[in-house]
Amino acid sequence: MVNTIRQLIRDTRSQKLRTLLTLFGMIWGTTAVSLLLAFGDGLHSQLAKSNAGMGNNVVIGWPSRTSIPFEGLGKARRIQMDDDDIELLRNKAYGLGAISSEYMEGFKLQYGAKVLSVSVSGVEPDFGEIRNLIPAEGSRFINPVDQQKRRRVAFLGDELAGQVFGDVTPVGQIIKLQGSPFTIIGVLIKKTQNSSYTGQDNGRVFIPSSTFKMMTGQKFISDFVFTASDIEKTKGLIKDVLRIMAAQHRFDPTDDEAISFWDTSDSAKFFQTFMLAFKIFLGAIGCLTLVVGGIGISNIMNVVVEERTREIGIKMALGAKPRIILGKFLLETLALTIVGGSIGILITLGICTVFPVLNLTEYVGDPNISTGAATATAVMLGIIGFISGYFPARTAANLDPVVAMKM
Amino acid sequence: MFLDGFFNSKKRYSSVENGNVIDLKGLTRVYVTGKIKVEALKGIDLEVRDGDMVAITGPSGSGKSTLMNLIGCLDTPTSGSYLLRGESVAGLSREELAGIRNRRVGFIFQNFNLLPQISAYENVEMPLLFSGLPRQKRRERVYELFNRVGLSDRMDHKPTELSGGQMQRVATARALAMDPDIILADEPTGNLDTSSGSDIMDLFQELWEQGRTVLVITHDPALARRAPRQVEIRDGLITRDSRT
Repeated sequence: MVNTIRQLIRDTRSQKLRTLLTLFGMIWGTTAVSLLLAFGDGLHSQLAKSNAGMGNNVVIGWPSRTSIPFEGLGKARRIQMDDDDIELLRNKAYGLGAISSEYMEGFKLQYGAKVLSVSVSGVEPDFGEIRNLIPAEGSRFINPVDQQKRRRVAFLGDELAGQVFGDVTPVGQIIKLQGSPFTIIGVLIKKTQNSSYTGQDNGRVFIPSSTFKMMTGQKFISDFVFTASDIEKTKGLIKDVLRIMAAQHRFDPTDDEAISFWDTSDSAKFFQTFMLAFKIFLGAIGCLTLVVGGIGISNIMNVVVEERTREIGIKMALGAKPRIILGKFLLETLALTIVGGSIGILITLGICTVFPVLNLTEYVGDPNISTGAATATAVMLGIIGFISGYFPARTAANLDPVVAMKM
Repeated sequence: MFLDGFFNSKKRYSSVENGNVIDLKGLTRVYVTGKIKVEALKGIDLEVRDGDMVAITGPSGSGKSTLMNLIGCLDTPTSGSYLLRGESVAGLSREELAGIRNRRVGFIFQNFNLLPQISAYENVEMPLLFSGLPRQKRRERVYELFNRVGLSDRMDHKPTELSGGQMQRVATARALAMDPDIILADEPTGNLDTSSGSDIMDLFQELWEQGRTVLVITHDPALARRAPRQVEIRDGLITRDSRT
C-alpha cells in the first residue's frame, strides 16, 4: 500500500502538466457543483427568511360583505367582528394554534419636537408570536398584563424607532400617541419581510388592543390573524372559522366573501416546490459540469495507459497481476479526484466565508454548504472518479504483455 | 543466507517431479488475424531437465520468440500440453499465469526492459514487490542480488545512467530475484558489444554451473556453442536437438 502511494506520487510528479490540468478540471467541476448548491441553499434560506417575515403560515382574515342571500337577509351585508367573536373562535375553532385580533388607525406620534403620522395596531399578546415580531435585545412584546390593565405601552418597528430616537435607546422612553403618553417597552429586531397587508412591520407601532379600544372607542376589529396547530390543518381551520362565524353572524357558511382570507401557507407550499425544482436544476448543472470533468480525467487516464503500455507489459511479464494493474490505475484516478475535489470544496468554503463581505445578503443570501450538499458532491465525485478511472484501468489490465512490451 | 528458507521451500516442494522442468508435447500456436491464420508453432516436443542449459536457435520468423512466450507463460498454446515442473499450465487464468511468471520464470530481454524512471534497485525489487514479500526481506534479497551480479555500487543509478552490459546485469539480477525455476533469455547479447556480451555469457555460464536451468534464444552461434545443448527451430518445428 505504501509502495502504491509512493509510486503514485512518483507517477504524478513525472507528469506535472498533465496532472495539473486534470486536477484543474476536477477542481473546477467540484467548485461549480458545490458553489451552485451553496448559493442555492443561501438563496433558499434568505427567501424563506423574508417569507417568514410576516409569520410562519399565518392566515389573515378580514370581515367584509356577504355575497349570498341567507335566511331572508340580502347580500352585500356588512359583517363586523369584535373581541367576542375572536374569543369564540379561540374556544371553538378546530386545529387552531393561536389567534389575535388587530385594530388599526393612523395616530399622531410626538417625541420631543418630532411629530410623525404613524399607523398603529392594537393587538393581543399572541400577535407577536403569530406575526414573528421578535423583540430586540433588552425589549419585550406586549404581555397579558399590559392587555389586562390597558397599559399605555408601545412596541415599535425598528425603522420607525430609528427615525424617532436616532441614537437614543428607545426602551423606557416616553412618546405621545394622540396626546397620550406611552412607554416604549420594545423594538422589533431587524427582519426581512417580502409581503405585508398594511405596510411593513418595521414602520408600525403596536399597542395593546384593550388600550387601543379605550382610546379610540373602536368596537370592531380591522382584521384577525391566526395560525393552525399544524400547517396541514390550515385549510380545514379556515373552513371551520368561516362556519363558526356564519352561525354567529347569520351568513351562508359557504360564502367565502363574507370574511376574506389570505392564507400565506399557500405561497409557502409553492415556494417549497419552487425551491426544490430550483435546487434540482442547479444540482443537474453542477453534475453535468462534474461529468465533463470526469470525461476529462478519463481521457487523460487513457493517454496515461497508452503511454505506459510498455511499462505495464514489463510489469505483467514480471508477475504483476492484472487485478493489481487495474487497482493501481483506479487508485490513481480516485486520488486525483479526491485531491481535486477537496481543493474545489476548499475554494467554495473560502468563497462562502468571504461572500458576506460583499453585502449582497439581502438579494441572494449567503452561500452556505450544508452537510447534504457536501455529501452529494462527495458521492458524485466518488462515482465519477470511479467510472472515469475504471475504463482506462480495464484497458490497462487487459493488455497482452507480449504486445505491450514491444511498444 | 537469510532468505534460503523462503526460497528453498518452493524448491523442495517442486523437486518431487521427474526432473523435467519443462515438458512440451505437440505444442502449437496459431495466430488469427482477420481471415488469415498463421501457424507459428506446428507441434513442438521438448523436454528440458533440471539444471540444463539450452540454446534455442533459428532464423527470424522461425517461431522461437513464440516458443519463448509460451514457455514463459506470457502466452497460451493453441493446442498441446505444457507441464512446468509437472504442473499443467493450460487453462490457467491471467491472474494465475501472472503468479507463475512471478515465481517460476526469470525473463531477460534483448532490450533489457528496465523501467527508465526508477532506480536499478527498484527495478530489481519489482518482482519481489509483486510477490508480496515484506520490505525488509526485499531489501536483503536485492542487496544479495546486486552483490551476485557485481553491481553493488550502482544500485541507486537510473538504468539510463548505466552501460548496456550493466543494464543486462541488472536485468539478470531482476530475473533471479524470485529464484525462478527457469531463466529465459531472449537474445540477451543482441544489444551489447562483443566484450560486454561475452561478460553476460560468462554470467550465464556461472548460473548454469550453479545448477540453474537456463534457456537462451539466440542467433549468435558463439553464444549457442557455449550451451551444452542446442535446439534449432525452423518453420515452427524443431529441426535439430543436439548436445556438445
